[in-house]
Amino acid sequence: MVNIQVDGKWVQVPKGTRAIEAVSKHGTFVPHYCYHPKLSSPGNCRMCLIEMGSPKMGPDRKPILGAEGYPETSWIPRPQICCATDVAEGMAYRSHSPLIDECRKGVMEFLLINHPLDCTICDQAGECHLQEFSVEFGQADSRFLEEKVKKPKKVDLGPRIVLDDERCIMCSRCIRFTQEIAHDDALGFTQRGSHTVLTAYPGRPFANNYSLNTVDLCPVGALTSKDFRFKMRVWFLKQTSSVCTSCSTGCNTTIGSRENIVYRQTPRENNEVNSEWMCDHGRLNFHFLQDEMRLTEPLARQADGSRKPVPMKRAVEEAAAQLHQFKPDEIAVIASARMTNEELYLAGKLIRTLGVTMFDILPRPQPADGILVSADGNPNTHGARLMKVASDDPGRYLPIIARKVNEGAIKALICLGEDATACGVNPDVLATLPCVISLAILPNMTTAAATVLLPGAGFTEKRGSMINGKGRLQRLNRAVEIPAGAGDDWEILRDLIAALGGGNGIYTIEELFKQIAVDAPALAGLSLSKIGDLGLDLKDKLSP
Amino acid sequence: MAITVQRPNLSLAERSYLPAIFTGLSITLGHLWRMMRGKTHVTMQYPEQKWDSHLPEHYRGVPALVTDDYGRERCVSCQLCEFICPPQAITITPGELGENDPFAKVEKFPQEFKIDMIRCIYCGLCEEVCPEQAIYLMKEYAVTGTTRAEMVHDKKKLYEIGGLKTGLVDKWDANK
Repeated sequence: MVNIQVDGKWVQVPKGTRAIEAVSKHGTFVPHYCYHPKLSSPGNCRMCLIEMGSPKMGPDRKPILGAEGYPETSWIPRPQICCATDVAEGMAYRSHSPLIDECRKGVMEFLLINHPLDCTICDQAGECHLQEFSVEFGQADSRFLEEKVKKPKKVDLGPRIVLDDERCIMCSRCIRFTQEIAHDDALGFTQRGSHTVLTAYPGRPFANNYSLNTVDLCPVGALTSKDFRFKMRVWFLKQTSSVCTSCSTGCNTTIGSRENIVYRQTPRENNEVNSEWMCDHGRLNFHFLQDEMRLTEPLARQADGSRKPVPMKRAVEEAAAQLHQFKPDEIAVIASARMTNEELYLAGKLIRTLGVTMFDILPRPQPADGILVSADGNPNTHGARLMKVASDDPGRYLPIIARKVNEGAIKALICLGEDATACGVNPDVLATLPCVISLAILPNMTTAAATVLLPGAGFTEKRGSMINGKGRLQRLNRAVEIPAGAGDDWEILRDLIAALGGGNGIYTIEELFKQIAVDAPALAGLSLSKIGDLGLDLKDKLSP
Repeated sequence: MAITVQRPNLSLAERSYLPAIFTGLSITLGHLWRMMRGKTHVTMQYPEQKWDSHLPEHYRGVPALVTDDYGRERCVSCQLCEFICPPQAITITPGELGENDPFAKVEKFPQEFKIDMIRCIYCGLCEEVCPEQAIYLMKEYAVTGTTRAEMVHDKKKLYEIGGLKTGLVDKWDANK
């Protein structure tokens, strides 16, 4: 710890703290553009100017102590940036003074000289630091009478990014991010002075899988996401804390939705999981839930072989009636590690209620990228193991199930969120199988062959928990309603188990989680609300 | 302290009410006489006759979208009116202008702009908040329809009512 003076008050802060952090914490907030706690500090925006002073030294090179025993300060006669220096013993800082106010006003004026009056069409408006600091530290009118510098607008930087050079304030956060975090040195500044422009390396699109993080990092609206561009103003978006389900990393996210439509997904800070980043694939992987192909009509096969839309309750009863016709060894269950713990727990119950011995999940191995993308494409493999729906070697029984189905030994197949043909089942055999119960979101070969089709909910539409690849229990929250006709997966499974003769009197997902906490020792004493927004580490409690 | 009210001392004629009755009757009969000779019109024959020329400059009628001197639709779908609208009558679907549009510099335009006139309370906040001088409360006030859907003004209808407005700030000039 070192002693520093902030706004006339002596405080202790850990050695190595960046001065801007110490001053913002113990003094008043220091505005900044280029500084980002997760990136290096070039100190080029000049917005964080404050007054600094070092201990006054006597002729013996010892600090001269004041009345309170702290060293007297000799103030540096000009403002200093506080983002690029660490605190040191005896240093003094002033985060507000007439000089500082004047400096900030001046820096804001310079930043805004060439900035276009684009706020009405700018996607950043509403979460723009330039707008915020202009109101707080800038001035209302412009003294600039000359021509503004013209720069390229609507520059296509890559497949997911559009750049507006006129809006750029040269903070270089995006450049540093691509160098330091994404390890793809694709961006840079060219030209000089007011004519400086941000560009991608010539002939090389800015296409790495982390490019959209630069849109979040950009303090102004220079970098915009093609996917979100002009779709919705940010102040309309309801923010729901959730978790990305595209791989087992489980990046923490904020889902932005309005009137039951999800418009964007942005990473949420969690230093145990994803820092402040997420990959582009996971970020954009929510559109399928808003696809027109979305299944929203429960279907059940009638006596004449045709499939007819029925209410969900009837479909579940029909599924139970069909399953009752088969012996346990004629039934197989293919569950999914994309389901939540709650759903997997009920899937396990279903398996044991039916006495099924043939069950497994579909593994999704994929190349890891060493940054965030995990080698396991399933978000909840740990959960599937914990709920005893998968073995320690997930997918081991799938070839056996597929062979038995193809040979005709298994006559009834329950597919929970997975396509049986992806698991090796012959599509022709599947189409003629006497009983296929499919719980799904989008149509596939299995839903086409389903004798009972149960449309389920997507990850933005449900509550529940998942355990990521590193054994962290995290929570999904409902951002939008389930489309009319479809049902919440856990409720469908609960009703199916009840219809098969195993009612359990669980009515809310909280009750269900409590039940799981009783049955699964790793979750003992937990509840859905105790998980919190940042999750809980269960690494030591899960069996390896 | 209580105040004692001095009662007026009425004469006999006043106390009999008769002069007042005849005075009133003579006014009524005078009006009747003038009406019978067609000199005064009491009822305005709305909607054939209207008071529109008497509406004040600040009159707040239906909100409508305007185009400017260059034929450009002023609205850039910033959705501030949608945000400010107290009864949430406005619904905007934003869109992006194509490369070849003559006003491509503006980049953004409303694909659809709907104002539910059943909800609209004619408060004028949309006009006040608009940073693009695109929406104005016109002097039109008679909004009728036989269905709810008819009472929702879409973009086409809004531009029909709003028409062209001259002398607006040209913020999106290519040289600016």
